[in-house]
Amino acid sequence: MKKVGLIVNPIAGMGGKVGLKGTDGIYILDKAMRMGAAPEAPAKALKALEKLLPVKDRLLIVTCSGNMGQIQAENLGFRTNIVYWSKGPSTNSDDTKLGAKGIMEKGVDLLLFVGGDGTARDVYESVGNKQLALGIPAGVKIYSPVYANTPEKAGELALLYLTGKNITVKEEEVVDIDEEAFRNDMVRTQLYGYLKVPVDKKFMQNEKAPTPLSEEATQMAIALDIIDHMEKDLCYIIGPGTTTRAIMQALNLPYTLLGVDVVMNREIIKKDASERDLLYYASLYPSKLILTPTGGQGYLLGRGNQQISSEVVKKIRKENIIIVSTNNKIIELRGKPLLVYTGDKKTDEMLKGYYRVKTGYEMEMMYRVGIG
Amino acid sequence: MKRINRNHKIRNFHQAKWDEPIIFELSNKGERGILVPNSEEEIVEAVGDGVSKIPESMKRKSLPNLPEINQKRVLMHYLRLSQETLGADLNIEIGQGTCTMKYNPKINEYIACLPEMTELHPLQDESTVQGILEIMYKTDLCMREISGMDQFTFQPGGGSHAIFTMASIVRKYHRENGEEEQRDEIITTVYSHPSDAAAPATKGYKVITIMPDEDGYPDYEAFKNAVSERTAAFFVANPEDTGVFNPRIKEFTDLVRKAGGLNCYDQANANGLLGITRAKEAGFDMCFFNLHKIFSTPHGCGGPAGGALGVVEKLIDYLPKPIVGFKDGKYFLDYNLEKSIGKVRLFNGVPQTVLKAYAWIMSLGAEGLYEAAKVAVLNNNYLFKKLLEHKGVDAPYIKGKQRVEQVRYTLEKLTEDTGITTSDISRRVMDFGMHYWTSHHPYYVPEPITLEPTETPSKEDLDEYIRTLHHIFDEAYENPGIIKNAPHRSTIHQVDESSFDDPEKWAPTWRVYLKKTKED
Amino acid sequence: MTIGGYKNHPYIPNSAEEVQEEMLKELGLESLEDLHEGIPEELKLKSKMNLPEPYKSEYELRRAMEKTLKKNKTCKDYINFLGAGCWQHYVPAICDEINSRSEFLTAYAGEPYNDHGRFQTLFEYESLVAELVDMDVVNVPTFDWPQAAATSIRMAARITDRKEALVVGTIDRQKLLIIKNYCDPAVEIKPINYNKDTGRMDLEDLKDKISDNTAAVYFENPSFLGFIEEQGQTISDIAHNAGAISIVGVDPSSLGVLKPPSHYGADIICGDLQPLGIHMNYGGGQSGFISTRDEEKFVMEFPSRLFGVAPTIVEGEYGFGDIAYERTSFGNLREKGKEFVGTQTALWGITAGVYLSLMGPKGMYELGQNIMQKSQYAIKELNKIKGVKGSKFNSTNFKEFVVDFNDTGKTVEGINKELLKKGIFGGKDLSKDFPELGQCGLYCVTEIHLKEDIDMLVDSIKEIIEG
Repeated sequence: MKKVGLIVNPIAGMGGKVGLKGTDGIYILDKAMRMGAAPEAPAKALKALEKLLPVKDRLLIVTCSGNMGQIQAENLGFRTNIVYWSKGPSTNSDDTKLGAKGIMEKGVDLLLFVGGDGTARDVYESVGNKQLALGIPAGVKIYSPVYANTPEKAGELALLYLTGKNITVKEEEVVDIDEEAFRNDMVRTQLYGYLKVPVDKKFMQNEKAPTPLSEEATQMAIALDIIDHMEKDLCYIIGPGTTTRAIMQALNLPYTLLGVDVVMNREIIKKDASERDLLYYASLYPSKLILTPTGGQGYLLGRGNQQISSEVVKKIRKENIIIVSTNNKIIELRGKPLLVYTGDKKTDEMLKGYYRVKTGYEMEMMYRVGIG
Repeated sequence: MKRINRNHKIRNFHQAKWDEPIIFELSNKGERGILVPNSEEEIVEAVGDGVSKIPESMKRKSLPNLPEINQKRVLMHYLRLSQETLGADLNIEIGQGTCTMKYNPKINEYIACLPEMTELHPLQDESTVQGILEIMYKTDLCMREISGMDQFTFQPGGGSHAIFTMASIVRKYHRENGEEEQRDEIITTVYSHPSDAAAPATKGYKVITIMPDEDGYPDYEAFKNAVSERTAAFFVANPEDTGVFNPRIKEFTDLVRKAGGLNCYDQANANGLLGITRAKEAGFDMCFFNLHKIFSTPHGCGGPAGGALGVVEKLIDYLPKPIVGFKDGKYFLDYNLEKSIGKVRLFNGVPQTVLKAYAWIMSLGAEGLYEAAKVAVLNNNYLFKKLLEHKGVDAPYIKGKQRVEQVRYTLEKLTEDTGITTSDISRRVMDFGMHYWTSHHPYYVPEPITLEPTETPSKEDLDEYIRTLHHIFDEAYENPGIIKNAPHRSTIHQVDESSFDDPEKWAPTWRVYLKKTKED
Repeated sequence: MTIGGYKNHPYIPNSAEEVQEEMLKELGLESLEDLHEGIPEELKLKSKMNLPEPYKSEYELRRAMEKTLKKNKTCKDYINFLGAGCWQHYVPAICDEINSRSEFLTAYAGEPYNDHGRFQTLFEYESLVAELVDMDVVNVPTFDWPQAAATSIRMAARITDRKEALVVGTIDRQKLLIIKNYCDPAVEIKPINYNKDTGRMDLEDLKDKISDNTAAVYFENPSFLGFIEEQGQTISDIAHNAGAISIVGVDPSSLGVLKPPSHYGADIICGDLQPLGIHMNYGGGQSGFISTRDEEKFVMEFPSRLFGVAPTIVEGEYGFGDIAYERTSFGNLREKGKEFVGTQTALWGITAGVYLSLMGPKGMYELGQNIMQKSQYAIKELNKIKGVKGSKFNSTNFKEFVVDFNDTGKTVEGINKELLKKGIFGGKDLSKDFPELGQCGLYCVTEIHLKEDIDMLVDSIKEIIEG
């Protein structure tokens, strides 16, 4: 018997149909409903769940009451176990968080959640990176790669995973955009954390090429390259991201996933540093800044690492910036440059140009950095 | 009798399906496949059983657990398995792009299987191998003319091995010049073969990769930023796997030369360049040809093959020993290479492959090589134009311009429209008796296909391949399920791949399979 | 300016001008010269390449090639006693039948579906060699034994994270060059002394040289110089005690009678498949294999492909695929991925599989026995010649042995010249590669030699030496 968690954010996607962008916040939701928006998410949950029908008899759906999952699952004839009851028909962010927490505590193989970036954030807040989860897209804004491309794809992937097929697990970013800016047609994403998601590991025939490393092994190889070349009495400012985190793991040091840590002589000297801390260390010691693209769209600076301000960058200087990234991250950019946005035009101007991006142990890629 | 309707446009194919057991399952106690010659009685009388002289600690205690099978059954087994293999002789071999799957003339096989080739020991006195040495020497002369290089070696066993040999020469060259420590970087491009990065890395080099610019050419500005006094060499294919030829290649090689590095040319994609353009004029110091690609020798399921590696005058001394020389009417093995990297393969490489390549060159001559290149490019551009006529199919870079001998297409749009991916299609193509190769990993071009027709297929063949792909693309839009569940007419159905990455479950040999699937 | 092409060539269907026109029209081009627009004029050749005129027909090609090849003297024409890494064994007719099949000969890199047969034969080859060496994992073959040995050493270096390997002192000097080049600069290769009387490894020297920087100890059975190294277990123990990996190179034709290295402590076994049904081809028949235990730390370090068996979605079907395609090693990532693969010698792997299927357990035993009887006979008879020592070392030999001519006053080179006149290829002259041995030749006797061949050799040498 496999257990699958299901949590539906019934209001996700309601803004889209009426030209609003996202439903975060009571006010917007109210506006959407008044404009005639109808719930999208429940239908999308159904589309995904239908893909699980072949293994229906071997599944238990652990979910929340009513239109947060119970109705969809039971409509299709799945056995359910309800662990959270929402207070009323209209749900909010707290319902998602509490529901997700309840489901995780039951111990499920996979948690499916239906919604958008806001939903992913809520789920992440409750389960962190302890629970394998997968998003069924229903929201208007979906920038977090924790979602499958379509509800059907999400269902297929879940089925593969539950039937023991060739699936690998990957940590993907939970990002969300500044909704206010988005409604004004500006996209500013912010990194909130990482969820563990299943990834379809397609058979890869490739007889003639060198054996590739997995994403995780690549991150470790990059980390070892950095560590092997670390200089004495130099201050290393390590930005957020899974690729940079591997450096801290390889050094066996505590770290903050979303914050900035400072390392010297292989010891941590400041965890979760603020802009002021960074300015302090950078003026005290010769420093190097290690960055990796985070928060989608190839941002090195300006997305989730505001501590690394233009003042900090100016102090450290361009030649002391080390960029690290796995090949896959670079490929996802589709030829677009990596971006910086410090808020200071002159600094951004100074930062643009070609960099040697570390992509493996003694492997680099010459890549362009532009202004975001 | 009624006329038989042969109007179908798509081949009604089915792969052989013999349902053949694993060889071990054919074992019957006491059966023999072949008898070994006996020792004559006098020998036995003189030395006894031979094996009691083996020290006790070194005697094998029980016979190896090999199967016991009669000769006919062994033959039948392997013939059946051969029928379940889609060799290039059997299909319109367009779908293994970058591999240059051209026709392997049968006459060349016949010649290479003569005892004057097969029954030669590599250490025979030179006077007894003048024939094969002559062929190796003359092939060298042909290769020099085709590339503009000054000397070739045939020791490398394949393309990647030739790249490794080039990297070995690069290291030795800078060592001799006292710059080994300083020059620790090589530069390559994303669309060169992955071995252009991996083989130099095996020689301890740090690798810097150049991404393409918007047109798919290696980004010159990025390249300029990468070249420095640390540059040991530049390893590149041209055209790259996209079929795009970098017209500024001379500027690239000039930049490297001025910085003191060497230029190494991966000519795996040179089938469209024979008699058109050469390594020397583009400023390269070394280059290699895959004999099993451009020079028609068969791929043999993955070798034995051959990498013919050519160098300019100043690097001859660095080649692996020996090379074939000619003096006073005699061919000889020349070990007199002062700075040689040593050796990369036992003896003289794979001489039967050189022989076949030579026979191919001598069947075509300069005009034939030129025609082969022209037709390979003609076929490719014809295929290119026809495939792009279908919706959902595209190829990134240099829009509206010709490609050289192959193209890396993208089905990104088709995947978006239908959910069918390129790897789904690769399984479906088999239902029509054809190959279809996506790309090396990782996929820089999304949902890629890499197709290379070479000069071998006729227009009719090309049209059949195009019709078949168009048919499958139509299926993607109209009946995607049939593709998702493909193959349907292959020897087997979709493999459950879940064990391949699990050390507890994987079964790399039959004995391991038996152990791990034992039922209690 | 146009360079003329070769029209209507049988290998180039679309060299017919009629079809070319049709296709060019489709592309909106006038002539073949309009192709290659992407190549700058200054890089284009302005005239025809200066190559020899081609033969105008298949028949003329065949006549000319046969004429050139006739200049060779083969090991069928002459009696051959050369070995030294390439050995003349009997090649069963079925081996040639199978490896010349179009399907195998011209296949390359298809998927497990269209090339099911290729996957199964290579899986079977892996499985058959695994039985021979009594180990669980065998790779799709590499170029040759030296390459297999070099890769084994680098695998060991990654597993142990050490940078030095000790190799047996009697190693083939050609093989050593290949290993050294392949390992440079990642792993330093140091030879171990050998005992002058027995040829065996000098264990004291091994103990002196081994350290916590030693990744592997590499030795061979039978050794390059033909004798059996009896101290296998002791050598492996010394290696293991120092935290190093024991690598043993082996001639698979010996394994019907000799203990497989896995029984005396080998962690990695390598060797050459050429003796298993593959013609010498002037050295083009070499093919290397590597074998390890089925442990993740070893499997993950193979740079080669490993084909494994698995079920398909239909009950009763065998399917195949690549094992551990992504090698996510827990070993030394600093070295990871730093080996390349490419086209190597798969067809010889298939051939070796066919050979082992034919031979079976008894065939391999009889082969080993037969070879040992004949080589012992040859040594015995050679011993009878004045000044000749049939075997320089007083260890047991397998198919090769070092014939000592030091007391004859003649050089091996001189003797070989005389033998050649009598239609015999004498053994490899060791005087250059092993100067410490003086005038010695490495002779090889296998199942193909009849008593009369050996007697002919002995009589001839006797005549040359005793006059």
